[in-house]
Amino acid sequence: MSLPDAGWARVAGHDVVREAAAVQRNIGVTAQDATVDEVLTGRQNLVMIGRLSGLRRRQARVRAAELLDQFDLADAADRMLRQYSGGMRRRLDLAAGLMTRPPVLFLDEPTTGLDPASRLRMWNVIRELVAGGVTLLLTTQYLDEADELADRIVVIDHGHVIAEGTPADLKTQTGGARLEVTLTEANPGASGALEPYVAGPVQLSQGGRRLRAPVRSGGGLASTVVRALDAAGITVDDVEVHQPSLDDVFFALTGRPAEMPAETTGDRDETDLEVARS
Amino acid sequence: MTIATLPAPSRRLGQRFADVLVLTGRNLVHIAREPLQLSDVTIQPVLFTLLFVYVFGSGVVLPGGGSYKEFAIAGLLALNITTSAMGTAVGLSTDLNTGVIDRFRTLPMWRAAVLVGRSAADLSTAALCTLIVAVTGLVIAWRPHASVLSVIAGFALFLLFSYALSWGCGCLGIVSKGPESAQGIGLVILFPLAIVSNGLVPTQHMPTVLRVIADWNPVSAVTAAARHLWGNPNPSATIQAWPMQHPVAASLLWSIALLVIFAPLATLLYRRRTTG
Repeated sequence: MSLPDAGWARVAGHDVVREAAAVQRNIGVTAQDATVDEVLTGRQNLVMIGRLSGLRRRQARVRAAELLDQFDLADAADRMLRQYSGGMRRRLDLAAGLMTRPPVLFLDEPTTGLDPASRLRMWNVIRELVAGGVTLLLTTQYLDEADELADRIVVIDHGHVIAEGTPADLKTQTGGARLEVTLTEANPGASGALEPYVAGPVQLSQGGRRLRAPVRSGGGLASTVVRALDAAGITVDDVEVHQPSLDDVFFALTGRPAEMPAETTGDRDETDLEVARS
Repeated sequence: MTIATLPAPSRRLGQRFADVLVLTGRNLVHIAREPLQLSDVTIQPVLFTLLFVYVFGSGVVLPGGGSYKEFAIAGLLALNITTSAMGTAVGLSTDLNTGVIDRFRTLPMWRAAVLVGRSAADLSTAALCTLIVAVTGLVIAWRPHASVLSVIAGFALFLLFSYALSWGCGCLGIVSKGPESAQGIGLVILFPLAIVSNGLVPTQHMPTVLRVIADWNPVSAVTAAARHLWGNPNPSATIQAWPMQHPVAASLLWSIALLVIFAPLATLLYRRRTTG
């Protein structure tokens, strides 16, 4: 593993520099790029990694078969990795990190580039692992992924930690909800009618039919708004109060939308969410 | 929860051996899956043998007489073994440019096993190459005139040399940017090494500079040793240079020297390349 320029880190109680071997025995790693052998079959890959992690041949075979079943790869077990789809490869990569049942698992952007179905499948696998007692550190650029999977989130922007906490903490830190009202037809009095209930400027779109504004979320806000508009003689098609998403949090923290970091490349500068669960 | 517990020191050596075995097996699977990669130790030796024996052979007169066929087989084996050592550089470089090495870095394995496993797999392909050259030779009427043990000793010297050379090529594979550049640089080094030798023509009529290089070239030492051990024509025996007078000792010394220099160097370079 790489040597640090400064500072220290401990994993599962072991110093990463002085006790590197002990750390290696306690972790499973799945990097962003596939770290499996393209020419070997799925089974051969797992057995190889198990053997190199110190398992005996029989142990490695049994564990490989178990994981291939668990990750729905049993049918493809004896095919070369080259013939695997992206989702299958990711699952095998994750399985490779689990050969020795490590108590600590690192996943680097486990769902980047996966189709929505493979992504949900990966999420389920990850949830099961965590339910089984594994401590997981995962990095992701998908905020909904962090929201779904994380107990604790650390937001890193350009190499610096800019926020830390549970998803709920982070959402509270960055303020309230958003109100979105769609009218049957545009009405110049609508903004004024909303004014007493919102916490910021009202934005209009769709020719004045849709109104958006930040609000302090409170009980019965939707009913209050509908009644107020009704009293002003304005008909409403739709009212929604959006609870803040991590996207809003991210925007508030970095001053730019969450889509931006996905386009930046290079690992040092990108904005990452470190997600820890145990 | 963990299956992998701290290995006791007594298990450590066994674990290292197991790591080497696993990686050798992995490399052999690669070879079996891509038999075309093997062309340099299967088709090429047959082709070279036939081309050199029938094209060159017709024009070369050996000092001291003797059949060119009987002279050429040791030289052709040297040529094939030397040029196919490039496979180590290319293979290692390919591995280093794929993610699988990153995975190895996270495992509690013996790091040098990647190198030892590679050299072991390449030794087995060199053995295949040796077999193919020998069989091709026998088909076109090359015959050793020595005891079985002496003949085997000749082949063993070749394999030892091949093994030692593969560590040198391993260094090249580690420092090169990618498999293509490893191959390019490898060719520039190995091809002259194989050709400026007594392998395919006697050195007696070479220009002085080339002759001195050829007489001290490790490839010449191994070739002369094999000719000597196989009872084949060995015109180098009349050359005063020390390695040509003591080809068996010289080829052993060369192989050991290559190993002593390049095995630790490769380990060091590999460690440096895979540690951030």
